[in-house]
Amino acid sequence: MSLSKNDVIHVANLAYLNLEEKTVDKFAAQIGKIIDYVDTLNRVDTTNVIPTFHAISLTNAFREDTEKKHLQRKTALENAPEKENGHFVVPKVIG
Amino acid sequence: MKLYELTILKAHELLKQKKISSLELTRSIYDRIKKVDKKVGAYITKAEKLAVLQAKEADKAIIKGDISYLTGIPIAVKDLICTKSIYTTCASKMLEKFVPSYDATVIKKLKKAGAVIIGKVNMDEFAMGSSTENSGLQLTRNPWDLSCIPGGSSGGSAAAVCADMCLGALGSDTGGSIRQPASHCGVVGMKPTYGRVSRYGLIAFASSLDQIGPLAKNVKDCAILLNQISGHDPSDSTSAPENVPDYLAACEDGLKNITIGIPKEFNSSQGVDSDVSITIKNAINIIKDKGARCIEVTIPHTKYSIAAYYVIAPAEASSNLARYDGVKYGFRDKTDSSLSEMYKNTRTKGFGPEVQRRIIIGTYALAAGYYDAYYKKASQVRTLIIEDFKKAFEKCDVLLSPVAPTPAFKIGERIDDPLTMYMSDMFTLSANLAGIPGISVPCGFSQNSLPIGLQIMGKHFDEEKILKVAYNFEQATNFHLKKPVC
Repeated sequence: MSLSKNDVIHVANLAYLNLEEKTVDKFAAQIGKIIDYVDTLNRVDTTNVIPTFHAISLTNAFREDTEKKHLQRKTALENAPEKENGHFVVPKVIG
Repeated sequence: MKLYELTILKAHELLKQKKISSLELTRSIYDRIKKVDKKVGAYITKAEKLAVLQAKEADKAIIKGDISYLTGIPIAVKDLICTKSIYTTCASKMLEKFVPSYDATVIKKLKKAGAVIIGKVNMDEFAMGSSTENSGLQLTRNPWDLSCIPGGSSGGSAAAVCADMCLGALGSDTGGSIRQPASHCGVVGMKPTYGRVSRYGLIAFASSLDQIGPLAKNVKDCAILLNQISGHDPSDSTSAPENVPDYLAACEDGLKNITIGIPKEFNSSQGVDSDVSITIKNAINIIKDKGARCIEVTIPHTKYSIAAYYVIAPAEASSNLARYDGVKYGFRDKTDSSLSEMYKNTRTKGFGPEVQRRIIIGTYALAAGYYDAYYKKASQVRTLIIEDFKKAFEKCDVLLSPVAPTPAFKIGERIDDPLTMYMSDMFTLSANLAGIPGISVPCGFSQNSLPIGLQIMGKHFDEEKILKVAYNFEQATNFHLKKPVC
């Protein structure tokens, strides 16, 4: 199964990417090829196989509940593209 | 011998005997960088002022007798490991001006040992790539042949070690990103077991696969770096609470009682260059001559590792990279627009093409209706690959294979064909999926005089046996002593 241009536009939209038309064409071809290759996984019988999400699984990595130093507000805002009065500034959300 | 040509161990001896100072060594490294990095292009950021201060501190400590293996040793760091007050760009326009406000745990550990951080080195953007050509900032060339790629994604780390622009380096390996560039540049590079080294402060690509590791001029230097960066870290809940043995001491033992396994699938793989197969066969014979027993094993599902990887890694990446939205740090598109338009414009202008491609693959694989067919299926195949490795390791201690199917290829050769580029990682991906450790050691040269690496993989948390086999092999050969002219 290959990827249509509409699939690429739809998925790009979900991922908050704005693709130019020529990029959509290019990605549809390239990613289609990759998805076709990935489809070889269907040759493997995985009935009743438990999926692995971490190769070394640790459960409940607890630590002592003690006070720790955290980044100060000023430091946390140092890399902000736009800030004001100790806050991150974003474009107007409510009209 | 020039100071920049020293190994970590040799420089340590000279520092300890006070025959050289860390300041002299550090200056020699910067002189070397000024001479060759115009051609190679490994460094994105040189932190000379801070490094000189660190070198002076190290010299003071040494005078007091306070010296460890890395005190005063110049180290390069891949540019996705956070360094306080030093740009950490991830080789991306998105983070071009990002200055971390804290050090990654591995950097804290290096500083504690008195190491000197020379600067930050190039990589594929967000570590996505096998040639470093996906860097959004600059091109890095292979010191052995400037028309070739250095490998990737830790191409800057490998090129910097290879061209003597540092004594050792840190890289990260998600699908081969330490081992493959180490192979292409003729240096030693190791991906430790998942969880062996803290990922705190490592900018995430695929969190269940990423692992920080060392690149060095020889196996013992690699062991010294691994000793320093390993260990449990409460700040990384996936870091393992296992004890850390002395990896340097582990190098010394002989190979009697060691059984090496040769996966038959790796030998019958298509697309493997004949120079690579011949070189690997010779390497296996050398290891046999050193007293190791050799058997054939099978890892039948390994042929699905590329397919499984290119679902799992992009899926995790699409989730990890959602944080780059132009709000808290990094690039923001300043076009007057709504919030959601700002997100979109920021991400579209900030990310390069390979990163966007992988975000789309990952988002597709996780989208409603496709999750079971792709992400779950790939994660089930991952289980089968892990079981294959477990069975193989019941019969042998380590596995040998090539690192990459070909020597370094030409710049531009594969950049327009992502799937062919992905095939560069056919031998390395399975170790990340299984979480096992692996190393690349120089094992010969192609007819065009490009280095070729031997991969040695081991059981979870058994880096010692890998290093032992690697060191014994290195001592029987002199490939690691050859240097490019650049």
